[in-house]
Amino acid sequence: MTSALLAGTALTGVAAAVAGGVAPARVRTGVSTALTLAACALGLVVGAEVLHSGHVAGIRTSSLMPLSGLSLALDRFGALFVVITAVVGICAMVFRLGYDGHGLSSRTASCILPLFVTALMLVPAASNVTTFLFLWELMAITSLFLVLADQGRRAEVQVAGQWYAVMTQIGAVALILGLVLLATHCGNQSFSVIALRAPHLPSWVRSTAFVLTVIGFGSKAGAVPLHVWLPRAHPEAPGPVSALMSAAMVNLGVYGIIRFGVGLLGGGPSWWWLLIMALGALSAMFGALHSATSKDLKRLLAYSTTDNVGLMLLGVGASGLFASTGHRALSLVALVAALLHVVFHAAFKGSLFLSASSIQQATGSTDLDGLGGLLRRMPMSGPIFLIGGLAIAALPPLSGFVSEWLLLQSMLHGLPTSDVSIALAMPIGVGVLALTGGLTAFTFAKAIGIGLLGLPRTPRAGQATEVHRSMWTGAGLLALLCLIFGIAPFLVIGAVVDAAGDVTGMHHSGVMTHGWQIGLQGTPGLLAPGLLALGLLGAGGVVVLARRLIQPGPVRLTEAWGCGRELQTAQMEYTATSFGEPLTRVFEDVLNPARDIDVSHIAESRYYTEAAVIHTTLDDAFERRFYRPANRILQQWGGIARRVPNGSVHRYLAFGFFALIVVLVALA
Amino acid sequence: MSGHPSVVAMTANSLLQVILVILGGPLLLGLMRKVRCRMEGRAGPPIRQPLLDLRKLARRERTRPEESSWIFPLAPVVLAATILVVAAIAPMLTTRPAFGWAADLFAVVFLFLLGSVFLALGALDTGTAFGGMGASRAMTIGALTEPALLVAILALSVPARTSNLPAIISQSLDHPAWLATPQRVLALVAFVIVIIAESGRLPVDNPATHLELTMIHEAMVLEYGGPDLALVKLAESMRLVVLFTLLANLFIPWGIAGAPGPSHLALSVVATAGKVAFLGIAMAAFEVTVAKLRLFRVPELLAGAFVLAVLAVVSALVVA
Repeated sequence: MTSALLAGTALTGVAAAVAGGVAPARVRTGVSTALTLAACALGLVVGAEVLHSGHVAGIRTSSLMPLSGLSLALDRFGALFVVITAVVGICAMVFRLGYDGHGLSSRTASCILPLFVTALMLVPAASNVTTFLFLWELMAITSLFLVLADQGRRAEVQVAGQWYAVMTQIGAVALILGLVLLATHCGNQSFSVIALRAPHLPSWVRSTAFVLTVIGFGSKAGAVPLHVWLPRAHPEAPGPVSALMSAAMVNLGVYGIIRFGVGLLGGGPSWWWLLIMALGALSAMFGALHSATSKDLKRLLAYSTTDNVGLMLLGVGASGLFASTGHRALSLVALVAALLHVVFHAAFKGSLFLSASSIQQATGSTDLDGLGGLLRRMPMSGPIFLIGGLAIAALPPLSGFVSEWLLLQSMLHGLPTSDVSIALAMPIGVGVLALTGGLTAFTFAKAIGIGLLGLPRTPRAGQATEVHRSMWTGAGLLALLCLIFGIAPFLVIGAVVDAAGDVTGMHHSGVMTHGWQIGLQGTPGLLAPGLLALGLLGAGGVVVLARRLIQPGPVRLTEAWGCGRELQTAQMEYTATSFGEPLTRVFEDVLNPARDIDVSHIAESRYYTEAAVIHTTLDDAFERRFYRPANRILQQWGGIARRVPNGSVHRYLAFGFFALIVVLVALA
Repeated sequence: MSGHPSVVAMTANSLLQVILVILGGPLLLGLMRKVRCRMEGRAGPPIRQPLLDLRKLARRERTRPEESSWIFPLAPVVLAATILVVAAIAPMLTTRPAFGWAADLFAVVFLFLLGSVFLALGALDTGTAFGGMGASRAMTIGALTEPALLVAILALSVPARTSNLPAIISQSLDHPAWLATPQRVLALVAFVIVIIAESGRLPVDNPATHLELTMIHEAMVLEYGGPDLALVKLAESMRLVVLFTLLANLFIPWGIAGAPGPSHLALSVVATAGKVAFLGIAMAAFEVTVAKLRLFRVPELLAGAFVLAVLAVVSALVVA
């Protein structure tokens, strides 16, 4: 039954792609969107059914693909990711119905988008190396085409596409090497056989395979230092695509690290997991810092994805570290925290990216310094962005708080230990979590406060109106999930615990749900998000009532104090750049801000200025210090290499002759 | 420590805590102002002056800037609601308040953060330069306070093996020797710095200034007037009382009611009021002697607090 549905998901996805390719332009978007929606709905049913029953849904054909054929087997762990992708996919497709522009309605894009969504849903079901790599590359290449969908109109799109193509292929090479190494040493490429034999392989093979797969998956997840494509590709991709990439695709990087590191290799020495924690800590801080100082809304969201992937990796690393030192129950708690964060991140980042695209459509810009006053002008998209922003800032009673609390708890309970690596890693982990938490609150106070509140900073923003209702419905569904999961996390915790149990082989979890509350086994104290929500609502109601009773009169609209200026204009307002300025100064050493002031003087006297323009730029330190120099060196080498084959037949004959001699000498 | 108090008693206790916090907030501010004035050789207004100010403000007309949205009037409500919730569930008078199992230290911290974020949003909603300036500075300091605060909490939670507030306090009542350990002392210093930063007192922010270059909190609330300003001021003073009470109970827990009953509770009210008043006088006396730090020196202070908190965790592991 579930196997047939899984096949149905794949076939419907392919049908949607074909329909998008051949249908006439008038009905193209409608047909391909409807079929993609159907594929997502089927995927949701399969995933939910597998999560519920625990029966593996599988398909195996030997004829469809070379080598060992197509092999899909969806267990609970994979099903969790299928469900996430399906839900994000459904919301993104509903959003797409009202979305215009960005080249997404072209024939190519209508054909590729369903393939991308289907590949995203099938990757977690792949159960041998060839199938996995095939689906992984399908996902990578279709997403690349979708990032490039709008390249005709804007030049930045091409640059973004180049960065993305290079980074994703570096990752793919590392991944292929790692998986091939693993498969050859195990003598079989089926995941179930690898899982049986991999724990007995020599440790250098296991460690090499682990590091290679971490590079591959880390580049897809956008972990620092492999993140450089993310803040470029996400802002340029069409709205639904950026939501799918940030809320569903990066998850699969985390999926891969858990599936291969924990599931197939069966855990490893503690340095593996300290490496993952270090990657996570670096990504979290670097991403949080850059998103706190970005002034482009989508770039800010993209860096915040790096930040959240960092938090997930911190949880995965802590889980592995606990397992490698024998704290099995704690290991599961940390893994559950990381997976819960994956689920919640999908909901809030999906809603944020979708509503940011709504804002882009309404105002024509994602530059925060040109927005403002949108909460009043967009009565649906505004509050949706607000909810997503508060959830990602881990503020109770929204969802982000629950996963961060659980992560903090796992680190706290890991501490009374004799193991030095844990004793050092955990306080640093908590410090990183706390700093990113504070910075995220800063970031979204800025994004909401500058983008949605106050006076509009451009005429376009002042004329913005609410977008098509299917757009805010798509974003709103995900925002609603942030609210529901925040108040009633018990709805998902059970499924996440099952999924984590499936991949680790441990079915005894330290996380308990007590009705609406959650807690850890054997410790007093619970987290009661429902109670906090109720308390906040009740206390807020009492306060509002008291204010009304004491002062029943109407609210008078007044002019804001402008230091004696008669007219309050948007020029007086703080911008995103000025909002982030104190933080930029505090973290000057990391961010290395460049500032350039152009002052033009009046011709008669240079004591009077005519105009002053200030340019500030913040470079990505990894891009500046590593990628640009690496690129330069590669270009130089390439220049030298190009000089060797100059088109002369004689030279090529000489090459052949010498090569033959070398080979003969070597063989002799 | 035996016998379960009834639901009615626990609810009554929570209600008492809330009422005392509402009344105690303005009185604490009045006391601190009085101490400050006396030390500077002035008579100063009576201690109940902040309460009178609140009454005056509450009767005035409500206003809001033309371009603001519904966030502006909502922000003071959220700020006050978060502090009321903490006041109701936190162990302020007894180690077993109603819903004490939900009084998680991390939850308390993030509830306070919710209030701060909304206040910053309310400030940005006015669309003025001052609102943005105050919000930007307050959120910067808030973001940098967080690491020191959470790691200090970690230092307290590790020996107790839980981050549940009532459990931490009753365990330190059971093991008084814990209170003198190096990690407690280090964590205490970190906590004090964090509380100064969170509540916007000298040397981080001067609550009595309206000078553009230096004000942080006052810049954020510049557009509030009448009942809304009263609400913000009340909430801020309540936050100070809650923070002082938690500080007192975490580091000098004696006097808190460990058992149910009105006599224990009455004793606890007196003891807690005394501890909070002592902290208030000490802080006011300290404030007279220091000058406000430059905004860009504040991160150094907070980084210092973070280092102390990390040292507290490390020493907790060495000692344990």
